[in-house]
Amino acid sequence: MIGTEQLYSALRAPEKVHSMQRIIERLYLNYQRPVRIMEVCGGHTHTIVKYGLDQLVPEQVRFVHGPGCPVCVLPQHRIDAALHLGAMPDTILVTLGDMLKVPGTQSSLQQARATGCDIRVVYSPLDAVSIAQKNPDHSVVYFAIGFETTAPMTALLIEQAQQLRLPNLFFHINHVLIPPAMEMILATPGCSVDAFIAPGHVSVITGSDIFTPIVRRFEKPLVISGFEPLDIMASVERILRQLNRGAAKVENTYSRSVTRQGNRKAQMLMERYFEPRPTFLWRGIGAIAHSALQLRAEFAALDAEVRFAECCPAPAPESGRGCICGAILTGQAHPQECPLFAQQCTPTNPHGSCMVSNEGACAAYYKYRRDQ
Amino acid sequence: MCLAIPSQITSIDAETAMATVDTMGVSRTANLGLIDEKVSIGDWVLVHVGVAMTQIDEKEARETLALYEQMIKADLEHEALQDGESVLNDRD
Repeated sequence: MIGTEQLYSALRAPEKVHSMQRIIERLYLNYQRPVRIMEVCGGHTHTIVKYGLDQLVPEQVRFVHGPGCPVCVLPQHRIDAALHLGAMPDTILVTLGDMLKVPGTQSSLQQARATGCDIRVVYSPLDAVSIAQKNPDHSVVYFAIGFETTAPMTALLIEQAQQLRLPNLFFHINHVLIPPAMEMILATPGCSVDAFIAPGHVSVITGSDIFTPIVRRFEKPLVISGFEPLDIMASVERILRQLNRGAAKVENTYSRSVTRQGNRKAQMLMERYFEPRPTFLWRGIGAIAHSALQLRAEFAALDAEVRFAECCPAPAPESGRGCICGAILTGQAHPQECPLFAQQCTPTNPHGSCMVSNEGACAAYYKYRRDQ
Repeated sequence: MCLAIPSQITSIDAETAMATVDTMGVSRTANLGLIDEKVSIGDWVLVHVGVAMTQIDEKEARETLALYEQMIKADLEHEALQDGESVLNDRD
């Protein structure tokens, strides 16, 4: 039987992290070139910044933070859709807490709630079932956000709604997919990413094999990592070993939760209800082909984008807020390089999306580094 | 957003496919609808937004930690060997 020792304590033990630091330093002696490692999961960003792992690795080894936060990449017109849906009469908009403070064109969901809109935050998507059952005279719209990690939970909710024949529960689907975004970053001319720490919980669902085509095409090392400091340091060690040998392959230091095939049951549920969108606009980045999910046409009756089409504006160019979220989300700039960081833009008054979500890179630097 | 926390199953209601789990000392519920294999009380699962997304593989958890510890031990031995060599070199 395992316990907290194997799952947390030993993986946070300072003496083990420092030992791994020495191994990394020694490996780097054989390499001696700048290394830029991109992570594409907000959870990894937080572990790196919280534990100061970026200050433990050699100076020439840099962590760059990619688009690892699904709330941060959601474009304004999708948030405006949530605001319009929430403002409809006899309607309850249900979503997860991360969404509340994200600024749309006019306001945020939090501000809309203050004006009387019925906007409810749930712990789990499945909580939308009882809200729909208790309010049969209301339309309940579940505003679904998240990467591959969270899409199966929305699919599970849809399955339950179907089984219970709930006539008043609708879905606005904003699930985005990580591999197309990684490919877009790698294909951008001048991309300086040398390796990836791949997202652990996306991989629990997708399996590690999903990254093989990217590694083959772009020949960059990629290591799937857990979320404890020792996991991340071990993943950096794996990356440096690959770079030293000139190798590029998928490795997995998170095998306690990630298999090559992933969670097949979750994948089948996603396939039943969702299909890739031809294209989707990522905030600050632009349009990426096949990078998001939508409900299959056969479930159009449940689709808020069809049922309440008048509430869902078309993609539009973003109004500038003076921040550099796009450059931060693609790893070209660090949060502290933004002129608004910790000045006009703070977690209580966020200008850009990277400061809004707890998992945004700017929020992490604000929380742990603003005095440095 | 993708936060998922290792949690230990404390009870299971097979009829509703719901479990009660202990997440770092906090008791909460988790839906088991995405888990294909049979899970039992005492098993560890990763819980994300109220749903168990996978069972944590105990053997892999132990082996990963053992591997990290082995890497660290090998490095310390390497270091001791180098220190030994430099002591020998100093004597020359």
